[in-house]
Amino acid sequence: MSDQTQVNAIPTDLLTLNIGPSHPATHGTLRIQVQLDGETIVNSGCEIGYLHRGYEKQCETVFYQIVIPYAERLNYMGPVHNSNAWCHACELLLGIEIPARAQALRVITSEMGRIIDHCVCIGTNLVDIGALTNFWYMYNYREKIYDLYEELCGARMMVNYPRIGGVSLDAPDGWLEKVKRTIDEMAEAVGDVQKLVERNRIFMDRTIGVGAISRELALSHGVTGPCLRAAGVAHDLRKAQPYWGYEKYKFEIPTAEHGDTYDRTIVRFQEMYESCKIIHQAIDSIPGGPVMVSDHLVALPAKDKVYNTMEGLINHFKLIMHGIQPPPGEIYSATEGGNGEIGFYIVSDGGPKPWRVRIRPPCFANYSVFPKVIQGQMVADAIAALGSINIIAGELDR
Amino acid sequence: MTEREIMDRVTARLGSRVLATYEFRGQCAVTIRPADLRELLAWLRDDPDTNLEWLIDVGGVDYLGYAPGGHDDDDREWRFEVAYQLYSMSKNHRFRVKVAVKETECEVPSIWDMWGMANWMEREVWDLFGIKFAGHPNLRRIMCHDDFQGHALRKDYPINKRQKLTVPAENLLCEKVEWA
Repeated sequence: MSDQTQVNAIPTDLLTLNIGPSHPATHGTLRIQVQLDGETIVNSGCEIGYLHRGYEKQCETVFYQIVIPYAERLNYMGPVHNSNAWCHACELLLGIEIPARAQALRVITSEMGRIIDHCVCIGTNLVDIGALTNFWYMYNYREKIYDLYEELCGARMMVNYPRIGGVSLDAPDGWLEKVKRTIDEMAEAVGDVQKLVERNRIFMDRTIGVGAISRELALSHGVTGPCLRAAGVAHDLRKAQPYWGYEKYKFEIPTAEHGDTYDRTIVRFQEMYESCKIIHQAIDSIPGGPVMVSDHLVALPAKDKVYNTMEGLINHFKLIMHGIQPPPGEIYSATEGGNGEIGFYIVSDGGPKPWRVRIRPPCFANYSVFPKVIQGQMVADAIAALGSINIIAGELDR
Repeated sequence: MTEREIMDRVTARLGSRVLATYEFRGQCAVTIRPADLRELLAWLRDDPDTNLEWLIDVGGVDYLGYAPGGHDDDDREWRFEVAYQLYSMSKNHRFRVKVAVKETECEVPSIWDMWGMANWMEREVWDLFGIKFAGHPNLRRIMCHDDFQGHALRKDYPINKRQKLTVPAENLLCEKVEWA
């Protein structure tokens, strides 16, 4: 017997490996099971639900306005967008339009949220691949955006800023200028990071062709957001079905071709520049006026009215104790979050609490392709792909 | 097309097989029986005018005790609905198809072979509402653990109910992996 036949005669089994649900490389309670032949993934499967906290059930038991801070806990990477989106859904249900200044403030805060979402995604993904420097650059500017949120409304991460019918506070003096300055500095820093990785031999070898989501697979699985655009589909709800006056702003939809980890990272870089453009335009064209609707069935009265008039006091009391009561009906509202389409399907029975809140999280759809795209690749490739799909366990499991 | 036009086309095609139509704030939906689901979704997807090629979401609703506006005049003869949100990227319009599910039957045909995403979405509806999807290859719980009793999003499942694990936690590690 030759050496090779002897080697071939050794019986081999596939090795089953369990990654997670508690594993530093998964950034959340995700569990991936793989069967390995050497280091190559032959079979893979995902179990989810480790962070299931009965979110939708809880929403049925509280008033519409109390869901606002809950909504931010869905995606804790760019939280402001989710609460903005929830308020948008409630406004659709109520049939009200918010003032133009509130719309612009929502656009600004949402785009800032998208930027920090991408900062965290790119930063941590690069750490997983072995590049630590970029992480500090990215997190540095994430902190600066947190500082801006803090100046706007007092909270940094979970800001609870929007309200049904507008936003809670107007921007303080000089805040908008400061946002512009910070965004400009940030675009420079993001450019530096991009230069560090874009043509980096190691990064390219680790990411090109890794975890590629094809166009067909993406459409079949309802993949949205940067993962879809990286697969070559120029779809963005901000363009396709604009809300909050997005149709007024000029921006591009960055796309790529192959849908692999490299493409997703580059698309995210470009989206950050586009967000900066949108923020600049929104600040330059921001109109004056109120930031809340004047409808007394939706908006709390001004504090001086509450303290000095009987009607104001009763109005305040009614809204706090009996809540906002939309008419019976059902709506589906979709907006473009950092990771794709975040949808709220609300069924109302006319009471102050939603009858049913169904959340369509982008991550749920995006993650369902993951076991398919890592087949035939190495374990380390799976980690690189996972980071670039950017799975947020909070909205995956709800 | 507006959602109204799509709804009119669906009612023209299905006739009396449409159990209810629905319009609110410009959004439209039809409610149909489970038996008509696959036919209707395939038609909406393949018809060049509607071209609703994208399944966005599948979600259940439990109407047990639903009293819109405080009046008990809801005329649904079924307890559950499963809502399919469809979207057409080429036409840029949306539509919602709802399936009426009676408590006694509690079964809907699966569409996992039409859209890959329906696989997990249907598992979630099964887990939280107890609605079975006939033909689904792997209808296991997805959010709650395998030992969980009942279906958490049903209206008769109390929100404060706690369950004690009857089996050791290590036995709950799912060995029935669904290989992709």
